[in-house]
Amino acid sequence: MTKDNSEYLILRGDNTYEVVIGLEVHAQVTSNSKLFSSSSTTFGAEPNTQVSLVDAAFPGMLPVINEYCVKQAIKTGIGLKAQINKRSVFDRKNYFYPDLPQGYQISQFKYPIVGEGTVILDMPNGQKEVGIERLHLEQDAGKSIHDMDPQNTLVDLNRSGVALMEIVSKPDLRTPDEVSAYVKKLRSIMRYLGTCDGNMQEGSLRADVNISVRIKGSDKLGTRCEIKNVNSIKFMQMAINYEANRQVDLIEEGKTIDQETRLFDTKKNETRSMRSKEDAHDYRYFPDPDLLPLEVTDEFIEKIKADIPELPDAKKKRFIDQFKVSAYEATILVSDIDTAEYFEEVVAKMGKNQDIKLAVNWITGELFAVLNNKNLEISESPISAKNLAKLVNLIKNGTISGKIAKTIFELMMDGDKDPQIIVDEKGLKQESNPKALEALIDKIINDNREKAIEYKQGKEKLFGFFVGQAMKVSGGKANPQLINDILKKKL
Amino acid sequence: MTIDLKTIKHISKLSRISVDDAKADKLVGDLNSIFDFIEKLNELNTDNIEPLTSVAETTLKLRTDEVKSKNIRDQILKNSPEENEDFFVVPRVVE
Amino acid sequence: MSDITSLTLTELVKNIKDKKISSEETTKAFIERGEKSRDLNVYITEDFSNALAKARSFDEKPNFDLKLPGVPMAVKDLFCTDGVKTTAGSKILNNFIPPYESTVTQNIWNEGAVLLGKLNCDEFAMGSSNETSFFGNVQSPIAKGLVPGGSSGGSASALAANLTPITIGTDTGGSIRQPASFTGTVGLKPTYGSCSRYGIVAFASSLDQAGPMSKDVKDCALLQEIISTYDDKDSTSVDFKRNEYSKELTNNIKGKKIGIPKEYRVDGMPKEIEDLWTKGIEYAKDCGAVIVQISLPHTNYALPTYYIVAPAEASSNLARYDGVKYGFRSKGENLIDMYEKTRSEGFGAEVQRRIMIGTYVLSSGYYDAYYLKAQKVRKLIKNDFDEAYKKVDAILTPSTPSAAFKIGEKTNDPVSMYLNDIFTVPVNLAGLPAISIPAGVDAKGYPLGLQIIGKAFDEQNILNIAYAMEEKISFKNKITEWWIK
Repeated sequence: MTKDNSEYLILRGDNTYEVVIGLEVHAQVTSNSKLFSSSSTTFGAEPNTQVSLVDAAFPGMLPVINEYCVKQAIKTGIGLKAQINKRSVFDRKNYFYPDLPQGYQISQFKYPIVGEGTVILDMPNGQKEVGIERLHLEQDAGKSIHDMDPQNTLVDLNRSGVALMEIVSKPDLRTPDEVSAYVKKLRSIMRYLGTCDGNMQEGSLRADVNISVRIKGSDKLGTRCEIKNVNSIKFMQMAINYEANRQVDLIEEGKTIDQETRLFDTKKNETRSMRSKEDAHDYRYFPDPDLLPLEVTDEFIEKIKADIPELPDAKKKRFIDQFKVSAYEATILVSDIDTAEYFEEVVAKMGKNQDIKLAVNWITGELFAVLNNKNLEISESPISAKNLAKLVNLIKNGTISGKIAKTIFELMMDGDKDPQIIVDEKGLKQESNPKALEALIDKIINDNREKAIEYKQGKEKLFGFFVGQAMKVSGGKANPQLINDILKKKL
Repeated sequence: MTIDLKTIKHISKLSRISVDDAKADKLVGDLNSIFDFIEKLNELNTDNIEPLTSVAETTLKLRTDEVKSKNIRDQILKNSPEENEDFFVVPRVVE
Repeated sequence: MSDITSLTLTELVKNIKDKKISSEETTKAFIERGEKSRDLNVYITEDFSNALAKARSFDEKPNFDLKLPGVPMAVKDLFCTDGVKTTAGSKILNNFIPPYESTVTQNIWNEGAVLLGKLNCDEFAMGSSNETSFFGNVQSPIAKGLVPGGSSGGSASALAANLTPITIGTDTGGSIRQPASFTGTVGLKPTYGSCSRYGIVAFASSLDQAGPMSKDVKDCALLQEIISTYDDKDSTSVDFKRNEYSKELTNNIKGKKIGIPKEYRVDGMPKEIEDLWTKGIEYAKDCGAVIVQISLPHTNYALPTYYIVAPAEASSNLARYDGVKYGFRSKGENLIDMYEKTRSEGFGAEVQRRIMIGTYVLSSGYYDAYYLKAQKVRKLIKNDFDEAYKKVDAILTPSTPSAAFKIGEKTNDPVSMYLNDIFTVPVNLAGLPAISIPAGVDAKGYPLGLQIIGKAFDEQNILNIAYAMEEKISFKNKITEWWIK
């Protein structure tokens, strides 16, 4: 494998293989009720307590579509810069499984609600455009539980009928990093739009990964395998890594790759075949006669368009223009709607004499580290944007040093304390009075006469020693810039 | 058009209806006579005809996004063949 | 007063409103007759004690403003009834008790009617003779050993035998009109979208419609105005202006243009059917209608189209009967075995045959050749009617190609059984309303019906034509009560 992470190539003997990846992302539509029934979609309810007669497919029960889910799909389509189809059709995908009560899933096969679009990825070596093939609405299935009872499989239909958007990419992805960036970008766009919460732990976002390999430079697609239902980015990357190498090995051994559905075993870190070939599915898609074609007007679409918020790409551009942050910083700040909002709130709260660069450093540095450590989302940040803005201002106006700020930051986490109050209570205000500092430094030089002479003789490293002493004696409160200046003068 | 035993076995599998040999033989006969009759449609040229899926003279109505269905687990599970207070139960599926 | 059970609905309602009879008396009369008529095998579930209780409670607090004040009636066992076993004539739903009510039956109870019980029918409404029911075939009151038609055979027999003053059936390819025709009763298949399908066990969703079955056209109009409501629980329900059909009923059809489609004069059509049709045309003329010769060129393709579309939808609609959530389950060694045994033991032969046909025509490689082709021909059939209705207001045809046949006569030849629906099926494919009224008898004295097909949502017009013709025909059903014990 090559080291350059912009390329992901597999070398075997004289052959160099590239990996071709396409994703089918299943994103749960954010809505109160299900796609075709009025039961709740809330996560984590007691088994079978959010199941209506429609969801459990009782005889004579009929689907009635949720308008909000239609709007959410169109909204997402607009966010993906995609074609919105004014006429789409719901089909039945027929197969038997205990968690599929109707014996078919209502989906969109020939005529999806959203057609081709694009997503732009910010990769370290530049931008990459990934094509969207389509987005369609469909029902989620229930949950089969295999490990609660040794003889039986138990079925919970709470999820049955929840609206999903299946977003199908073109086979434009080439590396695990691109896959990661793609999923994150999709997630980000949908979170901006409020169409999917993107919560992978709760299964709101999962993907089927299509992988094939080919000799680099070839324009023919190899036989692909589909890895079903991978529910984290890390697992997607692991699965791709395993599967691509498995396929290359098969080719190198002169064997053929079977087009099949595979499962990623997260414990063994391998993919394995899910269904034997004789069980190959024939889904017998046909238009659902209980539903008519879904027709939306231009007016309906325009109304949704008017509601679209600023999306990551536009926000990034604005951040660069308005706040003069670097492209790299902007990418990080806009990657998640909550981060972007937090940042903008910090900027707003800093007021006139603001240091945006410093604010960005604090957000992406200290704050991110803490969130990461505590496994928190920025929306759950123990420090509010208002107080972080105050902290940054205290540094900027010289009230505290960066070093003291770190101590204050730690203290702020306890109940989102106001940094000004901490400074006052603990007397942490920075010593910036030149006279006081001069006196302090005179004393240090006096106490360390020999070292001062050594320094003057050219041992410049000792400068740091004096700075350290000054900070130590002042209890960290001395203004470091002034200490530097005074020391240079005195020594 | 002839529907053979293999086809019968295949569609019996797709439709999850077990078919023994005697039943399969009878189905071969029945289905062939039915399809002979259905083949009449091939007399018609339908190249430029739009398929008709529904005769309902209306457009698809959209429901507002409200939770109306409550927890009716007891009712939902009451008719199920295998008794269980929380779940539907089927023979264990090995994945 | 003559026997309560032989009254028409209109007469019965008048008697109840005039307080000449109570709901309890009426209900008792139908129950007693029902108990004496078990040889007809019309009931799958008798709900007699509940019916009596409901009748008594109606009498205690009567509301005579209702359209069906305390009127007892039995309904086809395809309508889900809250707390009352609903089987669709199938073993697979043998023990199923729905916790909900179909919209159509709810509309009836809302007008004060009382449920007597659930009537036998072909399994999942798949049949033309009521011989596919898991609960045994139904005898026609017309003669012993005769089929009542199907799939609403129990409904037709019960009505003709005076076991219910009125009833409802469902019609996917003729399941109301053909049994009405076989039993000398009136049956209306409304326009697709007129009656809600919510809570009706589905056979073929794009074709199924519930409709009234009655002793005369007036009763039919009254029941239609009750059951036809817009329903937001059914996405195919149509919100159109519904008439008060019984109030607006008139026998004045002067100048109405009635089309006679030449393609319905099929090869090998019995002479008595031709004669009936000719007579019907004369009656229509007598009523002042104008007869117009028309063509529905794709008539011959309707049955093959139907036998693709209906089984295709059924194969999918019946996938929910898998032994998991409700109904019959057969023990299996594993999940697949359980599915296959449940469905093989739970469904009867005709249902299995249609599921197989439907699965086949939708399967990979055959979809275009069969299913898509059928949908295109369906369009041509609908176009035929659209063309015809530029020239006429309604179309008159025989209801069936023959009178009722013997039990067992056609069970081994599915295609000859299917041919029974040759005149009724095109109407379902085009989604139109049609009514069958009794118009004569064959050589053996078995009833024959005429069908009047209308424009979409023009039920009033065909009811009026039927009403006018009914007067001229003045058909009397001859029933000997051979089955009474």
